[in-house]
Amino acid sequence: MSAAPLAAPDAGFLARALRHRSFLLGATITLGVVLMAALSFVWTPHDPTVIEIARRLRPPSAEHWLGTDPFGRDTFSMIMRGAVTSIAVSFVAVGIGAGIGVPLGLLAAQTRGGLLDQGIMRFADFVFAFPALLIAIMLREVFGPGAINAMIAIGIFNIPVFARVAYGGALPLWQRDFVMAARVAGKGPARITVEHILPNIGSLIIVQGTIQLSLGILAEAALSYIGLGVQPPLPSWGRMLFEAQTMMGLAPRLAIAPGLAIVVTVLGLNLLGDGLRDLFDPRLSRER
Amino acid sequence: MLAFALRRFAALLATLMVASAVVFTAMEVLPGDPAQVMLGTQARPDTLAALRLQLGLDRPAPERYLEWVAGILRGDLGKSYTYSTPVAELVRERVQVSLPLALLALGLTAIIAIPLGAVAAARRNTATDVSIMGATQIGIAVPNFWFAMLLVLLFAITLRWLPAGGFPGWNAGAWPGLRALILPAVALALPQASILARVMRSSLLETLSDDYVRTARAKGLSQGQALRRHALRNALIPVLTIMGLQFSFLLAGTIIIENVFYLPGLGRLVFQAINQRDLVVVKSVVMLLVTSVIIVNFLVDIAYAIVDPRLRRGR
Repeated sequence: MSAAPLAAPDAGFLARALRHRSFLLGATITLGVVLMAALSFVWTPHDPTVIEIARRLRPPSAEHWLGTDPFGRDTFSMIMRGAVTSIAVSFVAVGIGAGIGVPLGLLAAQTRGGLLDQGIMRFADFVFAFPALLIAIMLREVFGPGAINAMIAIGIFNIPVFARVAYGGALPLWQRDFVMAARVAGKGPARITVEHILPNIGSLIIVQGTIQLSLGILAEAALSYIGLGVQPPLPSWGRMLFEAQTMMGLAPRLAIAPGLAIVVTVLGLNLLGDGLRDLFDPRLSRER
Repeated sequence: MLAFALRRFAALLATLMVASAVVFTAMEVLPGDPAQVMLGTQARPDTLAALRLQLGLDRPAPERYLEWVAGILRGDLGKSYTYSTPVAELVRERVQVSLPLALLALGLTAIIAIPLGAVAAARRNTATDVSIMGATQIGIAVPNFWFAMLLVLLFAITLRWLPAGGFPGWNAGAWPGLRALILPAVALALPQASILARVMRSSLLETLSDDYVRTARAKGLSQGQALRRHALRNALIPVLTIMGLQFSFLLAGTIIIENVFYLPGLGRLVFQAINQRDLVVVKSVVMLLVTSVIIVNFLVDIAYAIVDPRLRRGR
């Protein structure tokens, strides 16, 4: 008999979700950004990569909703396509972090108190002490600048985070009755980890994943801003800000839209994460 | 307490050893030959070989690693290829920008965050609390380099109160130097203060429900008195931990803000050194930054154990 996951979405879950304000707001914003990114594959007002100096620095108009940049590219179209970059990079980075970090954390919890446990958690501490930006800069020397570089650098930063969350979530579970029962039934530690521990920390991982997605969006923007992210002609919010910086005196509006796009997206993901945390753990939300 | 401190110190030394090995190895596997970079692509093979010999690049890696570590322990960080000056001297110059910037940013963070968090906790679930928490949500979502650009737009370009970038050096006087650091410090402090205010709020809420606060209330103190006399001090413990983490982040993580404001700090030094393949500088400065992060974490752990004796037994 396998244990029911602590936070299985039940009938009440949806009802509570629809009443939870920050969850609703966060989910709506996130969905909006994802839809905008998806739409940009089939339609943007203009081609975001076409350079046409003749129409440079146009103010916002019916034709160019947010105006054009010094190269004549349509700002609104670039924002739309830039969402793809942000989402893709941070999503893959979360995949790398969770894909490596969660098994490490589970393994450490499974061998709790042992050398392996100590080794894994000290390694996590160590990676955490390493400035993520330095990892990105060094990776550029290996892979060259680009999306892959950004994904791996942010992914490495995510590994210790997920390892700690998985470890912290799994450790107390090993003392629970249903794990004892599984042991008595003759299941080995590895099987217990996969069948009983992992399903029970799923909600923790999802919540942390949402938070790391938002941090990934910020990190991607920062890397693109200093030239370590995706390369032209692919639009990216961070690089749009970098290009806007030299134009601050002339066309400050160029710095507004990409910045707002980042803030709104990150805000949406954070609200979604907070909402999910409350919904998965109703006890917590009532106490606060 | 002494046993705990010694145990933590042993762990600190072990971590530093691993860190130095990782940093050294990372520099070894990075593509690019420093001699080639110094002489350019047109260099003759025999000149290149001579320079490699002079730089000691022909010797085995373990030997160079030990020499590097021994050098650091003596305070000798090596000599920069591109600047032809000792790295220690470069670091000394740059720290004069990075350290005051980090301290200024951390000070601002604390001044903003602690009162805000305390007020939010004391007026929990009121409009004040909701607006403070809403503001911190936005503060966390704002990229600091974008905030920096907006600050430049307002205070440097439009109002012309503060410089948009650059650093005059401390020789020009304390005020011009400080003026150049104000906007960068504010830009760094906003997201940090937002995080810290939230930590302060939840930490204070937790202590307010503790038994000793209830006892204090029972003996006749008002909620405000109990908060000020008992809860506040205990609530500051997690806040100090986060501030320790934030300080090391500020010291090492200012590369981007230093780039926005053209500040000659440690972050910019590393950034430029990597671009110029000045691996001696990269290796030593990265090691220095990682060391400072590890040492700050160690000090936070010790401070924690002094404040809360229960923690000494664990781990």
